[in-house]
Amino acid sequence: MLEKTNVKVLDKVVVRFSGDSGDGMQLAGNIFTNVSAGVGNQVSTFPDYPAEIRAPQGSLSGVSGFQVSVGTGVYTPGDQADVLIAMNPAALKQNVKFLKPGGVIIVDIDSFKESDLKKALFETDQPFKELGITAQVVEVPVTSMTKAALAESGLDNKSVLKCRNIFALGLVCWLFDRPLESALQHLKNKFAKKPAIFEANAKVIQAGFDYGHNIHASVSTYRVETETARPGKYTDINGNTATAWGLIMASEKAGRPLFLGSYPITPATDILHELAKRKDLGVKACQMEDEIAGVCSAIGASFAGNLAVTSTSGPGLALKSEGIGLAVMAELPLVIIDVQRGGPSTGLPTKTEQTDLFQALYGRNGESPLAVVAPASPTDCFDMAFEACRIAVEHMTPVILLTDAFIGNGSSAWRIPEADEYPEIKPNYVPEELKATWRPYMRDEDTKVRYWAIPGTEGCAHRLGGLEKDYNTGAISTDPVNHEKMVYTRKEKIDRIAKDIPALEVLCDAEADTLIVGWGGTFGHLYTAAEEMNKAGKNVAFAHFRYINPLPANTAEVFAKYKRVIVAELNTGQFADYLQAKFPETKISRINKVQGQPFLVKEIIDGVTKIMEEK
Amino acid sequence: MEELKYTAANYKSDQSVRWCPGCGDHAILNSLHKAMATMGIAPHKTAVISGIGCSSRLPYYMNTYGFHTIHGRAAAIATGFKVANPEMTVWQISGDGDGLAIGGNHFIHAVRRNIDLNMLLLNNKIYGLTKGQYSPTSDRGFVSKSSPYGTTEDPFIPAELVFGARGNFFARSIDVELATTQEVLVAAAQHKGASVVEILQNCVIFNNGIHNYITDKEFRAERTIHLRHGEKMIFGKDGNMGLVQDGFLLKAVEIGKDGYTMDDVLVHDAHCKSNFLHQQLAMMDGHELPLAVGVIRDVEGLTYDEEIEKQVAEVKAKKNFSSLRDMILAGETWEVK
Repeated sequence: MLEKTNVKVLDKVVVRFSGDSGDGMQLAGNIFTNVSAGVGNQVSTFPDYPAEIRAPQGSLSGVSGFQVSVGTGVYTPGDQADVLIAMNPAALKQNVKFLKPGGVIIVDIDSFKESDLKKALFETDQPFKELGITAQVVEVPVTSMTKAALAESGLDNKSVLKCRNIFALGLVCWLFDRPLESALQHLKNKFAKKPAIFEANAKVIQAGFDYGHNIHASVSTYRVETETARPGKYTDINGNTATAWGLIMASEKAGRPLFLGSYPITPATDILHELAKRKDLGVKACQMEDEIAGVCSAIGASFAGNLAVTSTSGPGLALKSEGIGLAVMAELPLVIIDVQRGGPSTGLPTKTEQTDLFQALYGRNGESPLAVVAPASPTDCFDMAFEACRIAVEHMTPVILLTDAFIGNGSSAWRIPEADEYPEIKPNYVPEELKATWRPYMRDEDTKVRYWAIPGTEGCAHRLGGLEKDYNTGAISTDPVNHEKMVYTRKEKIDRIAKDIPALEVLCDAEADTLIVGWGGTFGHLYTAAEEMNKAGKNVAFAHFRYINPLPANTAEVFAKYKRVIVAELNTGQFADYLQAKFPETKISRINKVQGQPFLVKEIIDGVTKIMEEK
Repeated sequence: MEELKYTAANYKSDQSVRWCPGCGDHAILNSLHKAMATMGIAPHKTAVISGIGCSSRLPYYMNTYGFHTIHGRAAAIATGFKVANPEMTVWQISGDGDGLAIGGNHFIHAVRRNIDLNMLLLNNKIYGLTKGQYSPTSDRGFVSKSSPYGTTEDPFIPAELVFGARGNFFARSIDVELATTQEVLVAAAQHKGASVVEILQNCVIFNNGIHNYITDKEFRAERTIHLRHGEKMIFGKDGNMGLVQDGFLLKAVEIGKDGYTMDDVLVHDAHCKSNFLHQQLAMMDGHELPLAVGVIRDVEGLTYDEEIEKQVAEVKAKKNFSSLRDMILAGETWEVK
C-alpha cells in the first residue's frame, strides 16, 4: 500500500489530536501512542486538557488536546505537530499555533457548520482564511462517515457520535502505517465490558483506515524510523503510574509494607488511584479527610513501621508543611510527592510548572532540612520514586519528590525491569547488640542517621515528638547548646546523603565552554535542544539535576570547568538562585518560562544562543 | 498461650511528671496505667499518640510506644498508625482545644470511619498551655484572656459531635473518680472501633472549679448518674432517684413519690443500635437532669482497619500476584527481542 503513495521517511513525527473535551481525544491519542510504542517507536506524550470537566460543547475553553511524538531520538512530545487533527472549529482555532510549517491539518468538515463556527467565535464563514492557514487542510467528513459505518449497528445517535474519535484514529493509523490489529486489541481492552461499543469502534476504525487508503492521492503518508530498543518486555507508562510503581518496588526491596495517605488534587490524583488499586499487592492507600490528614496518617504509618508516602500538588504541600516539620524533628522516613502545577494559590491546576522548588526546600518553620529529588521524565518517575524511598528509609528523613504535571501525565515506552535490577533497601534498624542501651535518638556516627525501632518490638518502646530532644538521651530538652547541636546534626545528616547518591553527569559536548543546566521534568526538551545545537555546530554541554538537596558531591567541580552556566527552568529562577547561593564564584545565566506550558526546544536554543552571543 | 500479667508500674515511664500540682491529669494518668494493667496488653504492643496541649504531654509518662505530635493532628496520625500496624492497641489523647478546635475535622472523621482507636478527650474547657483562652467547650459568656467581655458563641458538647459523626462508643468520667475512669477506659479498649471517652478535668491554674457544679462532693450524687449496661438508671445519695421516660423526653423522679415505682425506671441499654436515647442521656448536664458518667453507648460495627485488612486479603487472593513485576506483566505489554 505504502509503495503506491507519496511516502515521507522521518526519524520522528508529532501528531496532535484536538477536539471537545468530551470527544475522546485523550483515548485516541493514547491508543495511537501504545500502537506506536508496540512497533518499536520511542514515544513521548503531552495531554493538554482544560480544568473544566465539560465546558460548553464546541467552545474555545472546552478544547482538549493530546500531543504525541513517535520515532527515534524522542525525548519530548515535540514543539510543533506534523499532523494536527481538529474535530471542530474551536479545536482548530486553539491548536493551529502548534502546527509545524509544512504540516497537515485534518478536520472533521461536518462540524464546521455556521453554528459551530459561531460557538468558536469565528467572524466569517471561512475559518481557514480567517486564521490565515496556508498549510494543507484535508477536509474529512468524519461525522457522516462514522454515522454511515454504524447505520446498521442499532446504536443510538449519541453513542454513534462518541465513535468519531476512533474514525480519526483509523485515519491516522493509515497515515503512519500503524497495524490496526494492535489498535483493535487496545480497544478491546478498553471496552472489555461493553462488547457492543467495541464492535462499533472496530467498524469505525476500519472505516477511518479505509477512508485514508481511498484518498491517498491527496495526502502524504509517513514512514517513521524505529529504535532498536534494549531487549525485554515493555509497557506504556505515564509519570504518575511510574511514581506509584516505583514506590511499590521500593516497598518490596525494603521489606516494609507500603502506606499512602492522600487527598484528591489535580494533577496528582492518579497516584492515589493507582495505589488504591494495588491492594492486590498489599498496598494500603487511604483517602483521608484533608491534605493535613494525608501527611499525618503517613507520619503515623511511618512511626508504626511502614514505608509511608503522601501524594499531592503545590497547594496541598503548603497544607502539609507543619506535618513534614514533625517528620523532620521525629526523624522518621516519609516520602512526599508534589506533582507540581501552575501557582500560586489554585493557579493553573492542570498545567505544568517548576515553581514549588523553594516551597520544597524551605517551606517549613525552623531549621528543617530534608532531601529533595526530582525525576527527569515519565519513566524516570519510577527510578526517582524508588530513590526517594531509599533515601527516606536509609537516612531516616522526609524526602520530597518533585514531579510535575507534564511528566506526571506524559507517557513513554518503558522496559519493565527485572526484580534484581534494583538494590535492596536496608532500613537502619536498632542493631541487636545495641538493644539493651538503645535510646531513640542514638545515631550511626558516620551517617548521623538514628535507628528505627518498629512498634511491637519488645524492649524498644520509646517516645518521639515534636519537642527538641537531648542529643544523648532523647528526652525533652530546652538546653540552648543542645538545641544548636541538634539543629546542626539534622543538617549534617541531610548533607551526608551526598555520599550516597550518584555524581552529576555531563552530557552532549562536555568539552564545550557553555553548560546548560536543568532539573526535573524539563530533561527531554533541554537534552534535545543541546543535541540540536551540537549538530548545528554550536557546541554546548548539558547537565541535568535529579538530586536537588543535597546536590551531587561533584557539582562545584563540574561548574568550575565552564565559562558559562545557563540554568533553564519553568519558574522565575528558583534553582538558579539556589545554585548561585551555593556557588557564588560561578556566573549563572538564566532561561525562564512561567506559562503553565513546557519549554519548546526552539525557545531553549534561542535563549542559549542569545546568552552565548552576549559573551 | 502464656498469659502475661502487668501492674500499673509496667506502664509508667522514668520521666518525672511535669503537670501542675493538683491538675486533674495526674489522676487520669494513674487511671490509665491501672486500666492498661487490667487489660493486660503488653506495653510494647501499646501506642499512645497525642497532639499538643497540657494533656498531650501524657505519652512521655508512658512506658509504651508513644508519639507527642502536633496540634490537632493526633487522630489523623493515630489513624495511619493503626492502619499500618493493626496489631497494636492505640490510645489517642487530646484536650478540648486540640481535639475539637484545631483537630475537629480529624476527630469527626476518625469517629465516622470507626477506626479502632481509644480516643480520650480531656475536657477542662480552657486552653491551659497557652495560659488561659476560652476553648470550643467553654460556655457562652465565659470570660477569659481572649474573651474579656465573655464569649459570644455556643460551645460544642463533645457527645453531640460524636453522635453527629455516627459514633458507636461514647463514655464519660470525671478526673476525681478514679474507679469510674478506669472502668470506662477498660470498656473503651475492649470496644472495637472508635471509642470516645470524655473526661471532665480540672485545670487548677486557669479554670479552677469549672466542673464544680458537678464534681462538688456535696452534690455529686444528685447531679451525676453512673450508667451501667443492663442496670436501672438510679442516682442520688440514697439511690432513690431514677430516670423515666416522659413522652419524648427523660425525666428525673423520686422513686415512691408521685406514683413512680422502680418498675418505671429505665434500664440502661448501651448496646441498642439506635442512638436516640443514648443521645438524650449524654446531653444531660447536671442541672435539670444528672450528668451521665459511665459507658453511655457501646455498639459493635465494622471497623476501618479490619475492613482494609479484609479487602487486602480478598483482592490479594483473587489476583494472586507474586510481585510488582508479576502484576505489570499481567497488563498490556510487548516484547523487544
